[in-house]
Amino acid sequence: MNAATTQKHPLDGMLRTDRIPHIWCPGCGIGTVFSSSLIAISSMGTDPMKTAVVSGIGCSGRGAGYVNLDSYHTTHGRAIPFATGMKLANPELTVVVFSGDGDLFAIGGNHFIHAARRNMDLTVICVNNLNYGMTGGQAAATTPHLAKTSTTQRGNPEGPFNLPLLAYACGATFIARWTMLHTRDLTQSISEALTHTGFSFIEVLAPCPTGYGRKNKLKNSDLLKVYQEKAIIKNGANPAETILDMEQGITLGKFVEYDRPTYADNYKSVNCD
Amino acid sequence: MEQTLILTGAQAAAEAARLSRVQVVAAYPITPQSKIPETLSGYVEQGALKAEFVRVESEHSAMGVCIAASIAGARAFTATASNGLAYMHEQLHWAAGSRLPIVMPVANRGVGAPWTILNDCQDTISQRDTGWMQFYCMNNQEVLDLVIVAFKAAEKLLIPCMVCFDGFLLSHTYMPVAVPGQKEVDVFLPPYVPFHTMDGDNPVNINPVVTSEPIPDPDGVLSPGYIGFRHRLQKSHEGALPVIRQAGREFGQVFGRSYEDPLFGYRAEDADFVFVAMGAIAGEACEAVDALRQEGVKAGVIALRIYRPFPALELYQALRHRRVVGVIEKAISYGYEGALASELKAAFYGKGGPMPLISNYIAGLGGKELPTADLVEAARQSITAAQNGVVPEGAQWIGC
Repeated sequence: MNAATTQKHPLDGMLRTDRIPHIWCPGCGIGTVFSSSLIAISSMGTDPMKTAVVSGIGCSGRGAGYVNLDSYHTTHGRAIPFATGMKLANPELTVVVFSGDGDLFAIGGNHFIHAARRNMDLTVICVNNLNYGMTGGQAAATTPHLAKTSTTQRGNPEGPFNLPLLAYACGATFIARWTMLHTRDLTQSISEALTHTGFSFIEVLAPCPTGYGRKNKLKNSDLLKVYQEKAIIKNGANPAETILDMEQGITLGKFVEYDRPTYADNYKSVNCD
Repeated sequence: MEQTLILTGAQAAAEAARLSRVQVVAAYPITPQSKIPETLSGYVEQGALKAEFVRVESEHSAMGVCIAASIAGARAFTATASNGLAYMHEQLHWAAGSRLPIVMPVANRGVGAPWTILNDCQDTISQRDTGWMQFYCMNNQEVLDLVIVAFKAAEKLLIPCMVCFDGFLLSHTYMPVAVPGQKEVDVFLPPYVPFHTMDGDNPVNINPVVTSEPIPDPDGVLSPGYIGFRHRLQKSHEGALPVIRQAGREFGQVFGRSYEDPLFGYRAEDADFVFVAMGAIAGEACEAVDALRQEGVKAGVIALRIYRPFPALELYQALRHRRVVGVIEKAISYGYEGALASELKAAFYGKGGPMPLISNYIAGLGGKELPTADLVEAARQSITAAQNGVVPEGAQWIGC
């Protein structure tokens, strides 16, 4: 495209535009979640020099490569420990983890539970597309029971995590779930999570038409319709009562926000400066 | 009945696992090997393969499942690549130390950082010292055949085996592959008879903490110390080559493609200059040899199909009367040179008599294209230098 005719995008200042076009497929939901995250970060008015983005493996993991901030694309599953080290080394930083369900809850699942337990002051945004998208749509720890994937061609025999409940049980102090259709609520939740002190977790449901959609005979718009029609917005819902069921409903909202000492607070209380 | 199909390397590996009647498959997706577990999960679901397919949450867990399955007496299989293999590293030592004949194709891919999904062999070369056997394939037929041969040898030796083949260059490239019939494979590779199995009536404790010295176990039998167990593994490796050769010979008797020779030669018989390589890069070296021959240079290729156990004597015998050898590698031991070059030089140590000048070229890391012209130029460089009795010192990087 001729540079003179290229339209400016309002978020261009937040992007490494030389890396655009991005790798995300047509119909993918990651871009919308990414935009919401960038809008929330820019609207905070914080110093971009003091904001860093960390991601791990997979399609969502590419986010760190597109954002025009200090960013790091860690290896498979290691976004949270990297972000933990970054935050401890420089507590003034706002550290955002932008990654996918496969990275954060399978190969990196161990790190999530411990960072939540410690109440590390991180904002973790998880794009949940219900499968390992980049490697070809295999079953993940978030794939619905009986859903078809390239490694469960007759249906997934396993059940998925309930991510908000997992986060709550582990000690996260801010927990929300939205879909990529609920962009205003999502952006609002990310903004609040960024200002919340402690471990913040936001799950965002996003379609993967190339992987999950194709295997489950869902057209690009089908999963969006489900997300629209089955959404049950229930702020303050008990995480144990939230559901993610394509037939019965999908509980969305800001479920949890409370304060307790962060890892840094507790660390200071037992260690001399 | 054998039939010829057009398969990728990943599909060939999956077909080999099916024909080997693997009983437990545990795998985690990582490019470029993901098609192997995808294909096998489909076979398990369709009933075409009577196996348990375990969708684990990481490569570390994949090898953990395979170790447990193998201890329980099952023929266990997984596949991985790159950082997945690196993440498995600890469990690789456990598998070899436990003497479990697990077979694992690895679709060779560069290791981060920086990120790459493209091919080189640093992933498997970095696992050289875990006690696993390592085979390297030049084409998709070898991928299929060597997985089956690997099971045969591994189960005899009680040593696990990686079957390494270049990511994308082989894993995603379609080639005609002769797929043997199940009946014939069953004859070549009968069901796995484990050295021991789990038996609820006679519970055993596997892999207890050992001391440095031999101690009597509760039954009074003297059990080796740690070094004793490790020595047994090394002794088994030292005696492994004849067993692998035997398995390769028997494979040839049944299927007409013998893998008795751990080396593959191309126009090497009268060659003064020989490329030494492993995997798909050996195929590229064959192209360079054809070009060099047109110039009147007596060039050839000797490729290793087996890297661990290291065929030192075979290499010595194949290369001792050559003038110049160029070792082409897609991996490096940082701070020195390519591991294969070092080991090849060591194969001549203490033998006396003539030996070739040996140069070392590092190429193709992270999918970097290796044009035939560059290999031809490398050969010319080594041959010219050799006229003065030397070759370029240290690892020479092609394409940097």
